[in-house]
Amino acid sequence: MRLKKNIATSEEGFIFNPGTGDSFSTNGTGSEIIGMLKDEKPLQSIIDVICSKYDVDQNQFERDLDDYLSQLKDYTILE
Amino acid sequence: MESQIKNPDKKNKKKIVVAVTALNAIDSPGPGVAVIRAIRECSDFEVRIIGLSYESLEPGIYMHDLVDKTYQIPYPSAGTDTLLGRLMHIHQIEHLDLIIPNFDAELFNFIKLKDKLKEAGISTFLPEMKSFEARDKIKLYEFGKKHELSIPKDKLIYQASDLAEAAEQIGYPMVVKGKFYDAIIANTFEQAHKAFYQIQAKWGLPIIAQEFINGTEINIAALGDGQGNTISVIPMRKLYITDKGKAWAGITIDDTSYIDLARKFVRITKWCGGCELEIMQTCDGKSYIMEVNPRFPAWIYLCAAAGQNQPATLVKMAIGQKVIPFRKYEVGKIFIRYAWDLITNISEFQRISGTGELEGMKSK
Repeated sequence: MRLKKNIATSEEGFIFNPGTGDSFSTNGTGSEIIGMLKDEKPLQSIIDVICSKYDVDQNQFERDLDDYLSQLKDYTILE
Repeated sequence: MESQIKNPDKKNKKKIVVAVTALNAIDSPGPGVAVIRAIRECSDFEVRIIGLSYESLEPGIYMHDLVDKTYQIPYPSAGTDTLLGRLMHIHQIEHLDLIIPNFDAELFNFIKLKDKLKEAGISTFLPEMKSFEARDKIKLYEFGKKHELSIPKDKLIYQASDLAEAAEQIGYPMVVKGKFYDAIIANTFEQAHKAFYQIQAKWGLPIIAQEFINGTEINIAALGDGQGNTISVIPMRKLYITDKGKAWAGITIDDTSYIDLARKFVRITKWCGGCELEIMQTCDGKSYIMEVNPRFPAWIYLCAAAGQNQPATLVKMAIGQKVIPFRKYEVGKIFIRYAWDLITNISEFQRISGTGELEGMKSK
């Protein structure tokens, strides 16, 4: 799972796809995940970072992450 | 990257007199005001702008910081002789260097007249009649087939009774379009019938019944040099669309497939001047050319703002200066159109209505 190279992101969670002109806002956690995807971190590493940082059940987070990544794929943000 | 004039002489800026049409700026605006704004922004030359208007309430007539003087010209239906007579009268007073017509409906006459205008010392930068006609709405499907471009299926309709046959071939929803402007989406025969008469009353025959394509609307503004080279091209995604289908907000995007498509069109037609390709991008990634407008679009100022000033570059080419094709532009540049109540006096309205001329305060 890799973010498309030309996707622009900001620390505030704003995502801009210059190929389509679409822009999106994501919350703080979403923004952290986007940052890690941009750094080409493996999925397991993202899961470990978020689960150690926040009080979240790992199974629940894995399901949420799966949903989130599906959305990013639908919006052609992921390669 | 700014297009550069070879051997520019910045110290001796020439004052160029440019006449521009399409000064209407209503909810379906003409490109004239945006074209003038872009030309005025170029620091390579000084300009005197002459507005050419058809009606007394075209807002650009009263925008005296943009238009130095406006003259009314006859409607296209009056023919080329009447238009030429009026243009020669204006030329005697203003010594025009260049005319940039921006209405689809007037372009036929201006292209017909371009040699006579040239003889009189007035430049234009317009496509050849053959190219102009090839991209006409009523011939676009055949043009696409010949050059392997995706164009929605269509059928020309000369009487309402032909709609049923068109519907059998195209299906519903169907887009009922005028030969110059306007398009109505019809979901039933009754809606198509009503749309046929509505558009016929406004734009005459034929009417075009076109296959409906669902997708994302992308417009591309391009500038051709008349030799097959694209000097500038910028794609824009519509962000907000009015009930007339016009972009009220849009953003420059970075997608080379659109740029390649526009370059192909310019190369095939050896397009001379500005044009706009209206694209529908389907969810499976196919790009259909819905229309090719033979002039700058109303959103053309966005191109200048993004780093490719197409109207100013057209002026340079029209007066014989060499330009280098643009290669870069700013992606993510947004335009948002807005309405503004311009206030004028009855005396100005009276002058343009009564004498067909109105000079701006700055020019007096």
